Amino acid sequence: MSELKKSWLLHLGIVALLLVLQFVLPSYHHASMARIMVLTCYAMGYNILFGYTGLLSLGHALFFAAGMYGLSLSMQHLEWLAGPALIIGLLSGVVVSLTIGLLLLRTTGVAFMIVTLMFSQAGYLTVLYFGEFTRGDEGLVIQQELRSIAGIDLSDPTSRYFAALLLMTICIIVSLRVVQAGFGRVLVAIRENDERTRMLGYDIQRHKLSAIVLSGTMSAAAGACYCLLFGYAGATFASVQYSIFPLLWVLLGGAGTVLGPFVGTLFMFYLIDLSSGLTTAYMLIAGFSLVMLTLFAPQGLVGEIRRRGLRWLP
Amino acid sequence: MELGPYIILGLLEGLVTAAVLSLMAVGLSLVFGVMRVVNVAHGEFFMVGAVLAWWIAGSIEGNPALGFVAAMLLAPPLTAGLAVIADQLILKRIGYDPERTIVATIGLLYVIQQLTLMTFGPDARPVEAPFNNRLSIPLLEWTNDGLALYWPWGLGTTSYKIAVILAALTLLVAIWLLMTRTRYGLIMRATQLDRETALAFAIPVNRVYASVFGLGAGLAALGGVLIVPIQQAHYLMGHDPLLLSFIVVIIGGLGSLPGTIVAALLIGLSDGIISIFFSPTLAKIIATLAVAFFLVFRPQGFFGKRAL
Repeated sequence: MSELKKSWLLHLGIVALLLVLQFVLPSYHHASMARIMVLTCYAMGYNILFGYTGLLSLGHALFFAAGMYGLSLSMQHLEWLAGPALIIGLLSGVVVSLTIGLLLLRTTGVAFMIVTLMFSQAGYLTVLYFGEFTRGDEGLVIQQELRSIAGIDLSDPTSRYFAALLLMTICIIVSLRVVQAGFGRVLVAIRENDERTRMLGYDIQRHKLSAIVLSGTMSAAAGACYCLLFGYAGATFASVQYSIFPLLWVLLGGAGTVLGPFVGTLFMFYLIDLSSGLTTAYMLIAGFSLVMLTLFAPQGLVGEIRRRGLRWLP
Repeated sequence: MELGPYIILGLLEGLVTAAVLSLMAVGLSLVFGVMRVVNVAHGEFFMVGAVLAWWIAGSIEGNPALGFVAAMLLAPPLTAGLAVIADQLILKRIGYDPERTIVATIGLLYVIQQLTLMTFGPDARPVEAPFNNRLSIPLLEWTNDGLALYWPWGLGTTSYKIAVILAALTLLVAIWLLMTRTRYGLIMRATQLDRETALAFAIPVNRVYASVFGLGAGLAALGGVLIVPIQQAHYLMGHDPLLLSFIVVIIGGLGSLPGTIVAALLIGLSDGIISIFFSPTLAKIIATLAVAFFLVFRPQGFFGKRAL
């Protein structure tokens, strides 16, 4: 069996497994799983930029929040239906990531990280500043009867699970296609050595910009869907913490692997969930894992599996 | 009250901010200049300094001045020790790789912050200042008899705030002397200029790194101790100073000490004045965007030669 076929089979197999889990999971884990799948899409968007292009962003919450507020504000204040509002959420992701991306192209390395951090901090403060519309930390709650597309009530656990799974499947397919296409290979080449890639005649700025927009839009999609499925948009989702989370999930699962974000999000979600019985200071666990990961496992879980045998993992 | 006294008040508050900020930013700038890494946990060392000051001052009986002096003498070295341990356990092992250091120090930030939350608790706690007399400030005014002094109502400061400004000035001069006039400063500058050559000249670069990281953290902690009688100790107090010292270091030019101090003065004073006219959130939005655009369009800052 060719490697291409093997990787499609593996990823679709995981989607099928999640489809079966829908019917057997107890209700608490069922709800958690839907949340994990939406957050996985956020991490997958992050992974396109960090894992494959090698650009470490500390401000992805800006894109996540762009999607979230694009959807919630147009539903709340313009009284749009969920479908068009979802498109607005996606579009605000495209616009924000394109604007920020054009500025980011002028920076590299540590400056890139600080600039992303600053832009997302400015975004977070803007959400707070316009508290009249966004209700700041308190957040917006989307009414249950509004949360439906084409007659499907997305606040119902089963349809919510399927919607989350659909979104994640789309993100997996997009990621796989990107990685297998020439575009993805150029991104990896930029990560490994951008000077050499430029020498080979690739327009690295254009590739970087495309990666930022793709990554930002995927994160915005996750943000918009999170808001739609769980009915809440709050300023916390724009804060630094939510920029650090996808970094943590991707590092834990394995940067530069398609499955890494899912594995990382799943692990971290349950790690924090289980530890919340012991302590309320759950960010302690996040911080400790970040330090340990940089020290001992920069490859992450899936990265480690790839290194030790399954070399074909995309 | 007219506008004039407001501005003077803003400038005075700004000077206090600038004093503490310059200590913190010099620490951050030293770490960046010599080790070429960005320490995101710098704000937490500031916070640890303040929290330790509360703890030390609280555990010493008698005159509050005694407790405060003890805090000033003990809290910065303790924080520096913590930083040296972090350097040896974490940063040294990842070879001071710039990007991995940022990730690791973000982790460190959360660990320190949450451990403080678990032990110190979520409350803001005050430390009594060693002395705190109110000083009124006179203004000149034209009257029928010529120039005369008058004391506008509400225009004043405390002796402690003046002392903070003086203490910061003294410390900055001390740092400058340390960097330019001592053997240790020479070694630091050598490491900053060229790590490889310094190594070839038998300079223990790893020990220099550890001590610079400790020194930077100690300076931040000292800033924390000085500010705690004015602004209470709280486990989240490191965030805003971290942001501001980033701004200062970037605008002043990375690794440039004079630039850092000029920028601290600029940011501290404008922070004092801006916060009179704008809401704090808007002021912070402007400040963060300023850093971002600075890094995008003028990454070397006003005084620096190198870009980040």
